[in-house]
Amino acid sequence: MSNATSDNETVHRVSFLDRESVNIPILKVLQADGTVYDKAVLPAIDEALAHRIYDTCVFTRVLDERMLGAQRQGRISFYMTCTGEEASIIGSTASLDDGDVILAQYREHAAIRYRGFTTEQFMNQLFSNEKDLGKGRQMPIHYGSAELNYQTVSSPLATQIPQATGVGYSFKMQGKRNIAICYFGEGAASEGDFHAGLNMAAVLKSPTIFFCRNNGYAISTPTSEQFCGNGIASRGPGYGIHTIRVDGNDMLAVLAATQQARAYAVENHSPVLIEAMTYRLGAHSSSDDPSGYRSKDEEAKWQQHDPVKRFKLWMINKGWLTEKQDAEMYEKYRKEILAELKVAEKLPMSMLDTLIEDVYDTPTPRLKQQLKDLKKHLKKYPDSYPNSKGRL
Amino acid sequence: MAEINMLQAINDALSIALESDENSILFGEDVGHFGGVFRATSGLQEKFGRDRCFNTPLTEQGIAGFANGLASNGMVAIAEIQFADYIFPAIDQIVNETAKFRYRSGNEFNVGGVTFRTPYGGGIAGGHYHSQSPEAYFTQTAGLKVVVPRNAYQAKGLLLASIRDPNPVIFFEPKRLYRANIGEVPDEDYEIELGKAEVVREGKDITLLAWGAQVEIVEHAADMAAKKGISCEIIDLRTLAPWDVDTLATSVKKTGRLLINHEAPLTGGFAGEIAATIQEECFLYLESPIARVCGLDTPYPLIHEKEYMPDALKTFEAIKATVNF
Ligand SMILES: Cc1ncc(C[n+]2csc(CCOP(=O)(O)OP(=O)(O)O)c2C)c(N)n1
Repeated sequence: MSNATSDNETVHRVSFLDRESVNIPILKVLQADGTVYDKAVLPAIDEALAHRIYDTCVFTRVLDERMLGAQRQGRISFYMTCTGEEASIIGSTASLDDGDVILAQYREHAAIRYRGFTTEQFMNQLFSNEKDLGKGRQMPIHYGSAELNYQTVSSPLATQIPQATGVGYSFKMQGKRNIAICYFGEGAASEGDFHAGLNMAAVLKSPTIFFCRNNGYAISTPTSEQFCGNGIASRGPGYGIHTIRVDGNDMLAVLAATQQARAYAVENHSPVLIEAMTYRLGAHSSSDDPSGYRSKDEEAKWQQHDPVKRFKLWMINKGWLTEKQDAEMYEKYRKEILAELKVAEKLPMSMLDTLIEDVYDTPTPRLKQQLKDLKKHLKKYPDSYPNSKGRL
Repeated sequence: MAEINMLQAINDALSIALESDENSILFGEDVGHFGGVFRATSGLQEKFGRDRCFNTPLTEQGIAGFANGLASNGMVAIAEIQFADYIFPAIDQIVNETAKFRYRSGNEFNVGGVTFRTPYGGGIAGGHYHSQSPEAYFTQTAGLKVVVPRNAYQAKGLLLASIRDPNPVIFFEPKRLYRANIGEVPDEDYEIELGKAEVVREGKDITLLAWGAQVEIVEHAADMAAKKGISCEIIDLRTLAPWDVDTLATSVKKTGRLLINHEAPLTGGFAGEIAATIQEECFLYLESPIARVCGLDTPYPLIHEKEYMPDALKTFEAIKATVNF
């Protein structure tokens, strides 16, 4: 029925399509100086929303700076920043309903923050202490909260993409006007799961937003070695998916695109693909040194597109923010994060019993036996196992 | 002979492999100019060019299928899977295709030129997605060879043998030893025969069997046992598929006892297979049940990593219990 050949234009000479055949415009609303482009249509945003967004930006900047520092001091084992990508992440999350489910890749902590993840909760996860909702089982930055509809991050890339299709479809079946959104990098979009997830979403009409943060690199691999097509957006129409490309460093453009994408997904029970063109200003992770694969000049060029600064200038232009207030916000979060960090790093690790919990709904007899044997051993050599010492 | 670490030994082996056979190609995520996230392939793109050493797009399924295609048409494919935990997206290509190419085509085609290198194992605070030891999934797959080196010297010789073996090989590299293990490694080209275990230390009371990073754990346990007057024979299996039953059975017939140590979970782990086989081969020689000191039947945890690990203390306790059975 929808096989496109029936209404194709006919030609009588061989002519191939190539990447230039797909012309994808990029949505921009906000200019570098914080003023809006002449013809730009603004997203729905009022002062309160702008403040909630900006507050999340500032928090995330401070968190990233502080925790990368903490990693360097050896206080946590690992860290990843989202510096430079705040507009992509926060602009999109801010367009959602709190009931919409977020499936993140790993660089989207600003999204869970926007939903209300507290500073304390961040620290508990980062320090894997006994209050970590994930019970200290995963590396730092693998946040998750059922209360906030933010599914716990899993390290294997792209696995969340077809899952999001399933989550979106379940909303449709439940008759809810909610959607799933999943985030992924342009690198992860090379995985088979990307194809599986988008194709199923299109065919099954799942209300899901596929949000690609195209930040230029997958660890050391630049986009030129990742794909040859016209970015990730060009693939959307190929699947029959509504698609848009936005300036990922432009908070208002991301907000506008995602607001409309969400409305479309809900009304039409259909997926939407958003490609946000941004840049990973920092290293891939705390284990990475980008000086081995990209130039300082390139980084400096992108510093000029700082999405947080651009949005701040807009707010100042609107009279919604002053430099003084801005400085106070940074100061407030520096203090708060440091204070919470100090508390969290002193809390003990989860009890040993959690080791065999959640493997199944209840521990199997074999797991119980293994725990019993382990405890016997640990009691004999407590000093060799500092995390469980004295806490069996 | 130079003292180098395991990563340098691997780099050296890869360089020799590319040098000695111009049909060989090296690829994987970030392995090009960057030299891989662990730097095992540093400098190789500069030496051999972008056509023979390159970054692939981020798809393990693609990497494995591409390797199969290359090898099916006469090339030598050396592919890196960035972490063994991320080999699972490639499992269909490896288990259904790599392993069965020769068999299903009646040897019209084969992909013997494929080698997958991948860092495995824990002890690096990596949580369950940077610590797994998935060897047992592959030892159950006929058609694959599975190799695990324990030190820099072995890494070079076994990797060269794996690359040149006319069968597909999965080469698991113990990442916690990458920089920690330093030893004398000859500069020249040499191979260590696949399918042969090595008797690392002779002893008479009990045989301890391990592979990869766990060999040094059982060595440590054997030192502790020696202080109690227990003499341990230590065997490094080196190749898990096909594995060297003879060397192990000969040892167990001599000592009368066997302890197997691996990091992967106990249930369904390769130790079970070994125990069953040795029980058949050596039933009348056994003086105590075969002991297994393995990971727990949970995913690999982050904060309870030490508790989870089949470490030297647990091995020491099991040695005593087995000897005093
Ligand atoms: C299946 C899988 N393969 C490899 C990795 C290792 N890895 C972690 S992050 C990463 C790069 C991801 O790049 P991209 O998707 O572009 O996201 P970005 O880091 O740029 O935000 C790789 C290769 C992994 N986590 N999962």
